[in-house]
Amino acid sequence: MRIGVLAVQGDFAAHGRVLKQLGVSWCEVRHPEQLREISGLILPGGESTTMLKFLLEEGFWEPLQELAHRGGAFLGTCAGAILLAREVTNPRQPSLGLMDISVERNAYGRQINSFVDRVLSPVFGPPPLEMVYIRAPIITRVGPGVEVLAEHGGYPVLVQQGRCLAATFHPELTDDRRIHTRFLQLAEAASAR
Amino acid sequence: MIMDELFRVKVGLAEMLKGGVIMDVTNAEQARIAEEAGAVAVMALERVPADIRAQGGVARMASIKRIREIMEAVSIPVMAKVRIGHFVEAQILQELGVDFIDESEVLTPADEEHHIDKHQFKVPFVCGARDLGEALRRIGEGAAMIRTKGEAGSGNIVEAVRHLRSVMDAIRRLTVLPKEELMAESKRLGAPYELVCWVAEHGRLPVPNFAAGGIATPADAALCMQLGAEAVFVGSGIFKSEDPARRARAIVKAVTYYNDPRMLLEASEELGEPMRGLDVSRLAKEELLQTRGW
Repeated sequence: MRIGVLAVQGDFAAHGRVLKQLGVSWCEVRHPEQLREISGLILPGGESTTMLKFLLEEGFWEPLQELAHRGGAFLGTCAGAILLAREVTNPRQPSLGLMDISVERNAYGRQINSFVDRVLSPVFGPPPLEMVYIRAPIITRVGPGVEVLAEHGGYPVLVQQGRCLAATFHPELTDDRRIHTRFLQLAEAASAR
Repeated sequence: MIMDELFRVKVGLAEMLKGGVIMDVTNAEQARIAEEAGAVAVMALERVPADIRAQGGVARMASIKRIREIMEAVSIPVMAKVRIGHFVEAQILQELGVDFIDESEVLTPADEEHHIDKHQFKVPFVCGARDLGEALRRIGEGAAMIRTKGEAGSGNIVEAVRHLRSVMDAIRRLTVLPKEELMAESKRLGAPYELVCWVAEHGRLPVPNFAAGGIATPADAALCMQLGAEAVFVGSGIFKSEDPARRARAIVKAVTYYNDPRMLLEASEELGEPMRGLDVSRLAKEELLQTRGW
């Protein structure tokens, strides 16, 4: 099993460090043809407008949909969650639509409103997940097929639909590996098919 | 070193900007061009460094009206500069809600001995450095990102290369020194001992390390990345060139594909004229911006 980390911009190196620590074979993805060789893709944090530009201009759109169709796993953190959503607001922008969620960008405000908090997830159990929110988005709507794995302030912040996981915070900036481990299990199932 | 939650959140934003281009802009229209071209953030300025250099006089924090206009124009992070040591300009920018403050040698220093105590602020700071000692002093004061100083507004990459090499060489050197030599090294660098030990152990700066000062072409940007920078600032290089939108896009592409000559060739084609540029070795000592800061 091989994991890709979208490396057109953002904190892809932080995700890479986590994967290395977990002993997984992984590669930085900068070209769409690389998607053929992987069973799971991480869309990291960063600026969604910048990443979106690369996805559109470098021909990533179709190959990403194909990866999803053949059952590939996805983990999107912050900007990555924005890219996975069906609908994006503040402002409106195109997105991959791989998860039936609506996301509002920069919904907590500017950097001054960025924060760290701890929340107990009913799915993962104790200890609480440490959540680093950086100019984070809010998931304003989840479709019927979407499972909410954790909430914060009344909003879903970690959700799963099929083999897609989206977090509005940054598990890659903490020492808690449970979310990455769950993603790897989904990718494992994909590669076993 | 201090790695509390506040500092982690500050460094967190710097992490998100990695692999990207931060562009100097002086109005809402330029900010939109930068965002459209794929910039990860913009630096709101009254004048770009090349104009500051040409016009002379005291260069201060940009007008609030201008920064606000830029903040309203784009959805990406907005940075703004304060004078070295001018903590009240920083208090004002924090109140305004800018996402990052650059305590910058490009503006006229307000204090010739002390920099701002950046731990007192909720907003993250970036500071320029020419060598490892300077970088670690700024991190000790609370900077969440370091950039090379280069020579701003020169369109000449030579100083940024010098500063990047100097920082990277010093980091590599620390990693092979025996522990008992680190205190003397800390004294020599003029840097906090704990930070020197951290760098010796990890082989990198504890905060992201970006390049700035004189980047004018996609090749310049990729050169900085190959030398170890994690993202780049482009100041005068974009809006002082013939076709800013195109050059901006090309530099964004060059930073992502910095290790891929085929993509760099593509990014470098048909760009129009770059900014004119200055021979830094012919600048008088008092014209150098990089010697500001202590």
